[in-house]
Amino acid sequence: MLKIGTGSGWWGDRISPAVDLAEKGDLDYLCFETMAEATVSTAQVRKRRDPDFGGFDTYLDDRMAAVLPHCIRRGTKIVSNQGWVNPVGAAQAIRGHLDQLGARHWKVAAVTGSIVTDRIADLAGPVMETGREFASIEGEIVSAEAYLGAAGIVQALADGADIVVTGRVADPALFLAPMMHEFGWSADDWPRLGAGAGIGHLMECGAQLTGGYFIDPGYKDVPEPWNLGFPIAEVEADGAVVFGKLPDTGGLIDRHTVLEQMFYEVHDPARYITPDVVVDFTGAQIEPMGLNRMRVTGLTGTPRTDTFKVSIGAQEGFIGEDLFVYAGPGALDKARLAETILRERFKIVELDAEDLRFDFIGVNAVHGAMSPEPSTPPYEVAVRVSARCRSRTQALKIGREVDGMAVSGIGSTGKRVPFAERVREVIGIWSTLIDREAVTPQVQFIESPA
Amino acid sequence: MSNRPDIDHVTVRELAHTRSGDKGDTSNIAVIAYHSASYAVLVEQLTVERVAAHFTGVIEGQITRYEVPGLSVLNFVCEGAQGGGVSRSLRLDNYGKTLASAMLAITIELGCGFDRSTLRGV
Repeated sequence: MLKIGTGSGWWGDRISPAVDLAEKGDLDYLCFETMAEATVSTAQVRKRRDPDFGGFDTYLDDRMAAVLPHCIRRGTKIVSNQGWVNPVGAAQAIRGHLDQLGARHWKVAAVTGSIVTDRIADLAGPVMETGREFASIEGEIVSAEAYLGAAGIVQALADGADIVVTGRVADPALFLAPMMHEFGWSADDWPRLGAGAGIGHLMECGAQLTGGYFIDPGYKDVPEPWNLGFPIAEVEADGAVVFGKLPDTGGLIDRHTVLEQMFYEVHDPARYITPDVVVDFTGAQIEPMGLNRMRVTGLTGTPRTDTFKVSIGAQEGFIGEDLFVYAGPGALDKARLAETILRERFKIVELDAEDLRFDFIGVNAVHGAMSPEPSTPPYEVAVRVSARCRSRTQALKIGREVDGMAVSGIGSTGKRVPFAERVREVIGIWSTLIDREAVTPQVQFIESPA
Repeated sequence: MSNRPDIDHVTVRELAHTRSGDKGDTSNIAVIAYHSASYAVLVEQLTVERVAAHFTGVIEGQITRYEVPGLSVLNFVCEGAQGGGVSRSLRLDNYGKTLASAMLAITIELGCGFDRSTLRGV
């Protein structure tokens, strides 16, 4: 049996549950997922502006300093995608932590090879979102990276790595790789790889398996939701698994939390495509094994596809955004008049926007056209105005015109000042498929200084 | 929980729970029935047409429904659901995290033979 824990389900995740797992989980592996779809393109843009930015998880030092002492003591290996656009830099930083902790015998490897920015124009197929050719993407391409599979991580583990840090790999591969290495699963054992990648999919969002992103008060309640434990997978060599968490934590693992996470971001549940295998969730059997322990069997898979998915980031302009508030009698009427005033102002200042949006927070801001008309006038309304523009100069007009609403606007306009950053860059994320043979992962071990 | 035969209309919220996830401009909304009897009612009534009509103005592309009877789950894959994609969208909830809760508001009709004791919050 192999015991794997999730150390983070996204970049901003809590750190203390990972420490609890490292300290008390008796884990063989602790896996960290920290990359969203836009992580690489955002990191590339930041790296160009900020030479001091390392290009890897900005919480890498916090996370490693917190968990490494426990991992070293127990011998818990780490697999992590905290390398972002600089896995070697991340591995060097981890090397520094290990040496400082007197663990010079621990081996750290970086897995690189996912970035294909300079070759994507030649490799790309049609854009998956639009069906149009690659050249149809407007804006400068700032990044293109393939979602690699488990192979590079498995290689690093086979070569003796205790810690493997990667750039872009498919999230389930972070968990599948230790199973392939420890159980000796071959890279074409589709049923077992399907089970392993399916388990990885269930684990990769951390607390989303243990009662996070789940609660609906009165319908789906969760104990101690302020103290959610991160999940532990106890995996058997045949691909069966029991999901659990530490006993002294909050949260919930039951049939419903497992099912919600099983379908999270899944399209065809019989064909969930990962780089290593196509997962079939439809035959899953979920049975309780005691409090907060669920056994899942019946996950399987079919052969992988011939392609890797590539995520492409393109600079597509800027979003300008600001917010102001009304409350008391007539709040919604004031909000509506404010929209009229600002629409006229945007004509006067010749705002050039690809998209302009007004939201009345508390009325229709989240579900837009689906929102019912308020049956009674809302006591308070926040007006949010946003626009997507080609240039920063245009996007800045949103905040500047909202400034005008302070002394030239409607009675009792509440406005947040000072308000520093009201413009953000738009990175459009597009996808394409490339030939699997075009990309090969590389493994690089980082030695301690002599 | 109750077994009140007088209840003939309920919302999806009494029959199932939901979770949404995002990939680019596409959202999936999984509808997970609390009970196999509820699943059968949802298969019949929670059609692509019903869902498309409910999400008018928010989901702009094609909707595909996957049925998973073994798990009592319907998975709706909704294209054009994020206002152009997470990073380009001007929507406040640009990941579409709240779309799952909107699904819970759809009204479902219960036949007289339906076992009301399986309803969740009534």
